[in-house]
Amino acid sequence: MSDTSDQLDALLGRIPYARYLGMRAELAGDEMTAILPFAPHLIGNPSLPAIHGGVLGAFMEMTALAQISIQQGLTRQPRPIDISVEYLRPARPLTTYARAEIRKIGRRIANVHVEAWQETRANPITLLRGHFLLSPRED
Amino acid sequence: MNNRIDFPKPSERGRFDWSPHAQALGFEFVSSQKAWATLKLPFRDDLVGDPESGVIAGGAVTALLDHVCGHAVMMAIDFSTPIATLDLRIDYMRAAEPGLGIFAEAHCYKVTRSIAFVRASAWDRDKDDPVATAQAAFMINSDSGRRAAGPPSEPSSSQEAAG
Repeated sequence: MSDTSDQLDALLGRIPYARYLGMRAELAGDEMTAILPFAPHLIGNPSLPAIHGGVLGAFMEMTALAQISIQQGLTRQPRPIDISVEYLRPARPLTTYARAEIRKIGRRIANVHVEAWQETRANPITLLRGHFLLSPRED
Repeated sequence: MNNRIDFPKPSERGRFDWSPHAQALGFEFVSSQKAWATLKLPFRDDLVGDPESGVIAGGAVTALLDHVCGHAVMMAIDFSTPIATLDLRIDYMRAAEPGLGIFAEAHCYKVTRSIAFVRASAWDRDKDDPVATAQAAFMINSDSGRRAAGPPSEPSSSQEAAG
């Protein structure tokens, strides 16, 4: 699987915004865990303090993109069509993890669910459901 | 209370230093009025999502939409109390043009005692040709009851989980 692992590193390394957030990912077989170490520039609300909701949306969106790409071996990035993010718990200033599950994949569209958690996997802090376009048309 | 957010006064709504991520992304204030807000995310190379196209990352647009929705809620409740996003739905209509910044406008069209409802859209050149639209719900007074324990002046990383 080292090919896939290299592919994953290359994929995330190529996305400037993933580097900006500090996102990385680890593979165990075909199972990917995305990792977002805490950094001060990710804080949205300093009074709690809590990580910005938009950061979590972006992190889970890129987790979904990475999962589709490693599973499908795509050379071009899938494009988000729509996402829905549910915020269950405040995101504290800790490392955040996420895993994506591809619920349905067709010729052009993938439906992906993502869960993000911090200290306890069983207590997710945010969920994402999204549709992604696999072969972007020129428009 | 030292860890109360130092929210902008009406005359300085362009300040984002109370929210580190908003400041880090370089959000710019465009305009606001009661229950409405418009912000801009200037283009930056390190915010690109797809290096082949040079288009700003969908995730950066997500952060902008989340933030402008929150800003509109603050404009509706006069910055009186902390809020937290409950859910955020985004439809991506098209890719933004490479090299262009993104504008986003949000309207908080309903506030109840606990919840605020918001619609937003984001565009690059033409407001009538959006790159994305969003619908969000926010919890109002999101940290009530959580602040009672512990010294208020010292944000603790080991504070108990809410939820």
